[in-house]
Amino acid sequence: MGVKLLLDKAHVEGIRYYDVYRREGGYRSVEKALKMSPADIVEEVKKSGLRGRGGAGFPAGMKWSFIAKPEGVPRHLVCNADESEPGTFKDRYLMEFLPHLLIEGLIVASFALGSNATYIYIRGEYAWIPDILEQAINEAKANGWLGKNIQGSGFDCEIYVQRGAGAYICGEETALIESLEGKRGNPRIKPPFPAVKGVWDRPTVVNNVETLAAVVPVINMGGEAYSKIGVGKSTGTKLISACGNINKPGVYEIDMTISVEEFVYSDEYCGGIPNGKRLKACIPGGSSVPILPANLLFKTAKGEQRMMNYESLSDGGFATGSMMGSGGFIVLDEDQCVVKHTLTLARFYRHESCGQCSPCREGTGWMEKILKNIETGKGKMTDIDLLWDIQRKIEGNTICPLGDAAAWPVAAAIRHFRDEFEWHVNNPELCLTQNFGLAHYADAREVVA
Amino acid sequence: MFIHIDNKTYTVKAGKNLLEACLTLDLDLPYFCWHPAMGSVGACRQCAVKVYKDENDMKGRLVMSCMETVTEGLRLSIEDKTAKAFREQVIEWLMTNHPHDCPVCDEGGACHLQDMTVMTGHDYRRYNYKKRTYTNQYLGPLINHEMNRCIQCYRCVRYYRDYAGGDDLNVFAAHNHVYFGREKDGVLQSPFSGNLSEVCPTGVFTDKTLKEHYTRKWDLTMAPSVCNHCSVGCNTIAAERYGQLRCMLNRYNGDVNGYFLCDRGRFGYEFVNSENRIKQALIRSRTNEAATESEIMEHVQSLISMSKVVGIGSPRASLESNFALMQLVGKENFYQGISEDEAHLNRLVVEMLRSGCVHSVSLKEIEQADAVLIIGEDIWNTAPMMALAVRQAVVKTAASQASQEIKIPVWLDSAIKELAQEEKGFLATLTIATSPIDDIATHSWHAAPDDLARLGFAIASYLQPGKIVNTDFSEALLDKAKKIGDALKKAKNPVVITGTSCYNDNVIKAAFDVAVALNTGERKTSFSCVMTECNSMGLAMMGSPSFSVANENIKTNGHATAVILENDVYKHIPSANADEFFNSCDHVIVLDALHNATTEKAQVLLPAATFADGDGTLVNNEGRAQRFFQVIPNTTSQVQESWRWLKKLQTLKLHTLNGHALHPDDLLREMETALPQFEGITNVSPKHDFTIHGEKIPREPHRYSGRTAILANKNVSEPKPFNDGDSPLSFTMEGYKGTPPSGVVPFFWSPGWNSVQSVNKYQEETNGALRGGNPGLQLFKNKSDARDLFFNDVPESFVVAKDRWLLLPKYDALGSGELSSYTAALKTLSPQPFASMSTGSLQALNAKDGDMLQIVDAGIMYGSLPVKADENVCDGVVLVTAGLRESMGMSWGTRVQIKK
Repeated sequence: MGVKLLLDKAHVEGIRYYDVYRREGGYRSVEKALKMSPADIVEEVKKSGLRGRGGAGFPAGMKWSFIAKPEGVPRHLVCNADESEPGTFKDRYLMEFLPHLLIEGLIVASFALGSNATYIYIRGEYAWIPDILEQAINEAKANGWLGKNIQGSGFDCEIYVQRGAGAYICGEETALIESLEGKRGNPRIKPPFPAVKGVWDRPTVVNNVETLAAVVPVINMGGEAYSKIGVGKSTGTKLISACGNINKPGVYEIDMTISVEEFVYSDEYCGGIPNGKRLKACIPGGSSVPILPANLLFKTAKGEQRMMNYESLSDGGFATGSMMGSGGFIVLDEDQCVVKHTLTLARFYRHESCGQCSPCREGTGWMEKILKNIETGKGKMTDIDLLWDIQRKIEGNTICPLGDAAAWPVAAAIRHFRDEFEWHVNNPELCLTQNFGLAHYADAREVVA
Repeated sequence: MFIHIDNKTYTVKAGKNLLEACLTLDLDLPYFCWHPAMGSVGACRQCAVKVYKDENDMKGRLVMSCMETVTEGLRLSIEDKTAKAFREQVIEWLMTNHPHDCPVCDEGGACHLQDMTVMTGHDYRRYNYKKRTYTNQYLGPLINHEMNRCIQCYRCVRYYRDYAGGDDLNVFAAHNHVYFGREKDGVLQSPFSGNLSEVCPTGVFTDKTLKEHYTRKWDLTMAPSVCNHCSVGCNTIAAERYGQLRCMLNRYNGDVNGYFLCDRGRFGYEFVNSENRIKQALIRSRTNEAATESEIMEHVQSLISMSKVVGIGSPRASLESNFALMQLVGKENFYQGISEDEAHLNRLVVEMLRSGCVHSVSLKEIEQADAVLIIGEDIWNTAPMMALAVRQAVVKTAASQASQEIKIPVWLDSAIKELAQEEKGFLATLTIATSPIDDIATHSWHAAPDDLARLGFAIASYLQPGKIVNTDFSEALLDKAKKIGDALKKAKNPVVITGTSCYNDNVIKAAFDVAVALNTGERKTSFSCVMTECNSMGLAMMGSPSFSVANENIKTNGHATAVILENDVYKHIPSANADEFFNSCDHVIVLDALHNATTEKAQVLLPAATFADGDGTLVNNEGRAQRFFQVIPNTTSQVQESWRWLKKLQTLKLHTLNGHALHPDDLLREMETALPQFEGITNVSPKHDFTIHGEKIPREPHRYSGRTAILANKNVSEPKPFNDGDSPLSFTMEGYKGTPPSGVVPFFWSPGWNSVQSVNKYQEETNGALRGGNPGLQLFKNKSDARDLFFNDVPESFVVAKDRWLLLPKYDALGSGELSSYTAALKTLSPQPFASMSTGSLQALNAKDGDMLQIVDAGIMYGSLPVKADENVCDGVVLVTAGLRESMGMSWGTRVQIKK
């Protein structure tokens, strides 16, 4: 049983409401933080080694320390709750069941950053969650945790919930800022960075929901203690939203010391593959990170056991590794078709491209069309090379990371599953009714039925 | 500083981006979303190059050249394989949805997308799926919309919204289905919409008036021209085929219009092709009115030698024509063809600029101003391009502040826009009525002209206490003056703009006094006064009396022949006075291009050339003399420049006929001698016999087709090309192929650059002056020893009089042109005539919004007009749509009666 810092109270009856949450020890971190200086809080977060949980894994304390502090200019904290990556739903879980944990983290972070007006930018499709958050905000306010002069500290803070309109791109921090300002959600060119000029030209820090929630245990237990959980630079705990062909889909908190194998097969977590099927492939960190075939999922290319943490998951680079990403763990069993799966992702990225820069706008649509042809038995062998060529030219050449996010899954699919693509081309009739199956990249391990 | 491009070392200017640096060095690098006037956003990814850390770095990094600043010793490669492959790929991406309809596309042959496609070397398309299709929109009579061709460079919305301040064109939807258009079909509202046709790198937005008589760019005969439709004098390219003017294009002039034109200027050309053109000389009251040139000459010679001859000049005729008339009739008999009121104002403006104590400002300098004060002129409607320049000043001031604040180059447009957000530089508009430019103003105030003048004087007085002999400025006025004065004081390059359109000399004097009061040692103030016509300034500089004086003279002395030059007298003078004048004249000879009320009075009518079928020089409101050149070859009709008619008459009269050809140069030389204020005017353009290596500059591109066929229906032998001999330009496709002197650039073209973007090959640096300096000659010089001139002429406050209303003009950017109204498209966009008054005034008249009112002035009844209530018009004033046929000859600036 791993350490649980965020979800330890998730199953307490009524934890969604203030009274229960407070009784269970909620808002202690705010009490503690308000007695500290903002600089000390930032220092604690730095010490904790807490990394951004949105996908990029940038150290949160470092990000906080970059915020510009010009005289007389308000600063803002924005909570990025635009969780829209296929396979990622950990933030939704947090906000839905532990809204006060997020609010608590937001108050501490707002205090540390000097934000008197803090925003939660929430994905439009999470239609029912803003009400939950607003209720929690009202409860917190009624109990003196928000508003003017919080707990007599002299610090004022308001939290506003802003609904997005359903664009994945608005999860990119500068597009989020544009959207928050009421504009079209196109990513901005950096510099200037949000830490200098963000929302309404003011210094802004944008953090993921989970990152902000993790601030609570960081403050409660101290940065030093937090950094001791986990391994290496993967400190603390991470929420993993597991889905796909597993027995127990759901959101799990891990302390980053367990192996991928354990995570997939242990009853504490995914509980193995249903119906006695074998594992074929897995996307360990949300739809945009490279897919890994089973043989590379459990063991790195060097033959070491792959662990559920930032370093181990990216071991081997994109050639043989993947990324921790946002923690959207998608499992594919032997019945799944990688081409079809890649097509689904390509369709998603084509649809979510903002249309600003050419590679992403035109390239994603083209990739989708090619994949569709291959999937439906109309592909040619040259299409696979073309697909490879297109994704390679998108990657790294777009304004924002959406281009990369669209290119990586295609690249990884071709890299690891090229024979499956070729099989589709060579068997145009067969591929409509049958699956390629496991082939050589299947997990060596026998099924644990 | 030095940079290395493909292992060659070049010197470049610091602060530029890599794309600008490469283009300035004449290296070809493809681009779409970058525009020299709008900066970089890094959207199209077309201009990718490799940048290396140092000479040992072999791998390099792909960057967008428009997004990187040049740094000392920077190493980059354009020719690098990866970079080239990527640029080719970008074109292939864009081509996935671009239709292959070049043969039927208006842009074909002048298309930036075609050029860039060829430049990248992309030829084989691997995309074999359906292309997406869109529904096109109706965008009004000026601009055609064909969205399927769009390559999503975002230039249109960036130009239309950010640069020109429009709000009815936008980007909709997302991913590979982005749509640029209006919320719903409808006329584009901005008077600068025509530039979309040049801003768009392909055929999405094209010139709809050209579509009516379409010709490929390579088949056009083109000549440098100057816009006729207001006093700003934007540089244009007039383009002809089959004897018809086909379209007007922008001609870059770094000091004047830059890359853009207003819609009146771009689309107002159709009068040249109008059925109303005078093509035949007439001697009226003969059985056969049509006369040959020799008949005319004989007839006119007798008329002008019999009696005293009076010449009526014109603010829309060239300097040459006005001067030729002056020579013909004698200086003492030459009059400006405008009312005394207007002539008085124009004289005042000339006096101010000639004093040399403030700088007469160019549009380019207005763009760089850090504070702008406008007193009494609705420049949005009377000089649209100046309003666009003011908008840039206001936006750029905020942008440059932002860029200094966090060290971001000004060309990094998207970042700068984020930084500046809603911030604007200082602009105060003090005008008689609201104008769209008020939207970006820090202060707007609407009042009667005398009150505007009082505020102006109060500002001057605040800036330099004691210089204005104070009268009784109210507290409120002083408070306003202080606010504006303080903002102006903070500026380094303030500009004061005024104009003649409210027919009040106090307004102009006040504006000038503000400019002079601001002009202290460390601060360079600039001043601009908008005038009414394209050569108002040139005519005013000639210093002749007004039409009213001519009228008096003729009335007293009688027996005169009047020669009227390209002037509809009824436009400037109340019809009763004009009738009186024509009745007193024994003979009336009129030279004009279009029939109008004045040509009706002519006993002898001579067909005059327009800007398209003649050469001439115009002086814009800044005092910049600029030459326009003939583009329509004239082989058959009698149409010729007025100055040629007049000069022929003069030689007949003086018996000095010597058989020598006559050129505008000769006239200008004589003018320089006779009128020293025009010193240097002969240098305004290369002389008529100018050649380069013995070659003239061709008006036709070398791909011009069909010249052996165009006249084959008349004669199968190819005729000798027309040659007017007036300029260094030839009417052929042969001639000098290099870059001509900046003033005689007939079109922009360079190998591989067929679109308007080729202008970068003619510039010293991107966005800079044309090679060899921008054309045009500033006739007013700053004088360092000029004594500060204060008019100090504070009027009394405006008093509302019972039953007498101050009549003031309300101009319209598209509708108010005498000549542009012949373009059917502009005519439909022109407002219906109306009057506007405050509700207070309406109550006093016992009238309500929508009632028909009749203006009565000195016994003349004008047609009745619907009245609109307008809270921003002050009590006691009536505004009437100006420049329309219905309001011709109204005595603006005087008090009139109104009948219900």
